[in-house]
Amino acid sequence: MSIAATVHRHWRKPPLIRHAWLRWALGAGAALYLALALGTIEVNWIRVWEGLPRAARFFAAFFPPDFTSRTSEIVDGILESLWMTVVATAIGIAMSIPVGVGAAKNIAPAPVYYLCRAMLAVSRSFQEIILAIFFVKLFGFGPFAGLVTLAFATIGFYGKLLAEDIEDMDPAQAQAVRATGASWLQWVNYGVQPQVMPRMIGLALYRFDINFRESAVVGIVGGGGIGATLNTAFDRYEFDSAAAILLVIVAIVMLMEYSSGYLRRVVQ
Amino acid sequence: MAVALRHGIKVWHRRERGAELAVWAGWLAGAAVLVYCWQLISDKTIWAFVTDAPAQAADLGARMVPPDWGFMRELWLPMWDTINIATLGTALGVMLALPVAWCAARNTTPSAALVRPMALLVIVSSRSINSLIWALMLVTIIGPGVLAGIFAIGLRSVGFCAKLIYEAIEEIDERQVEAVRATGATGSQVATYAIAPQVLPAFAGISVFRWDINIRESTVLGLVGAGGIGLPLNAAITMLAWTRVSLILLIIIATVIVSEWVSAKVRHAII
Repeated sequence: MSIAATVHRHWRKPPLIRHAWLRWALGAGAALYLALALGTIEVNWIRVWEGLPRAARFFAAFFPPDFTSRTSEIVDGILESLWMTVVATAIGIAMSIPVGVGAAKNIAPAPVYYLCRAMLAVSRSFQEIILAIFFVKLFGFGPFAGLVTLAFATIGFYGKLLAEDIEDMDPAQAQAVRATGASWLQWVNYGVQPQVMPRMIGLALYRFDINFRESAVVGIVGGGGIGATLNTAFDRYEFDSAAAILLVIVAIVMLMEYSSGYLRRVVQ
Repeated sequence: MAVALRHGIKVWHRRERGAELAVWAGWLAGAAVLVYCWQLISDKTIWAFVTDAPAQAADLGARMVPPDWGFMRELWLPMWDTINIATLGTALGVMLALPVAWCAARNTTPSAALVRPMALLVIVSSRSINSLIWALMLVTIIGPGVLAGIFAIGLRSVGFCAKLIYEAIEEIDERQVEAVRATGATGSQVATYAIAPQVLPAFAGISVFRWDINIRESTVLGLVGAGGIGLPLNAAITMLAWTRVSLILLIIIATVIVSEWVSAKVRHAII
């Protein structure tokens, strides 16, 4: 190759999507969608403009956070949330184990597989709030409705991940246990369970975390816990107390995140 | 290996005696905590309502069938709004998440002592406050409607996306960065040619994953007035129009399943 030709060659960064036509089609599709979506949003800009000074006042009302005047309510709410979280996580995980095992393609027969997958899909589709509305209607106000909500939501999350983990397991070990003449239960207990256990303990801690965070919102629709306290604070326009509650939630979630990260490292 | 002698025969055990006892003690403590918490909840529950629940559920179920299919034509617009809230909210969240992740990753942060803790605080507060609570506040500020929903979803997604992106940034191959830097590249050139190509696939995967979660979250924002399918759902529940409620629930299930399928396909194509 001559020197002149080499000089005129420029290196270009390889694109993320290799096919040019796909890249252009995606770009054009995204632009079209953006135009359509932004075109259909009805924004009352006057209302937004009026809202801005209100936002300033709103956030000013948050400061300083008032921990003192509602201390007993906050403590009660947090404790109720914690109990709810503990029981809901335990029950939810206990119930998600059979569903998760049934939803693993490699160890469950086809009809059981489809049934369990359908259960997981239904449980995962609904936001905790929608579930909570119905469970509050069925079980009355209070932490029991919240508990059932969180347990039900846990089944979908934990069962799906358990099923995926079982599907990814090493079949050789399971086969070795089966070759010793183990019964089905023994096979699951000694061939399958040890393989999925470390990851599932980590996920249980993670779900505990999520359940605590969600317990802050199921209270808004009557499911008990700190969410009820928070909602009351908002309804009474006691924004300084609401700020205190939000800070307490953030602090507890942070604490749980650090401790669950630490526990996960110890376990795995 | 743990072996116990029983009647002169060696029997295999999974754990040594001490470890076995420790495991049992752990289970016992766990069970005790569980029973105690259950007791506290049970005290606050009116059991008459709970025992009555199966009958109530059957009654509610009977009122829900058949779904009011005719109501469908009034649901297309809220559904479109819901998808817009999720998509535009995800876009907003991802855009805000990039600088936060940049500041939070140990290897790219401008200052590990000052900026990094602030970025981590932003991530944790965004993650621990539910999108419904964000929506509750935003509806007060900018008024009810789709815009409040988009901002709520965006603010909520920042923490999630930033956390995953900064973990991806921390896991990059330093040698590539060094190689690009050795050519005399400036800071922004290092970012575009050494760091961005390494995290781009993870970034795309995270965005799609979050979009899938956001579709689910945006279905409820209407309950506090932030637009989407939650508005007709709330109205139908308030009016006790249970055949409409069941139709909306069916639509939510269908949307979530489709979005999950799309996100799984896209992530599969990327990774």
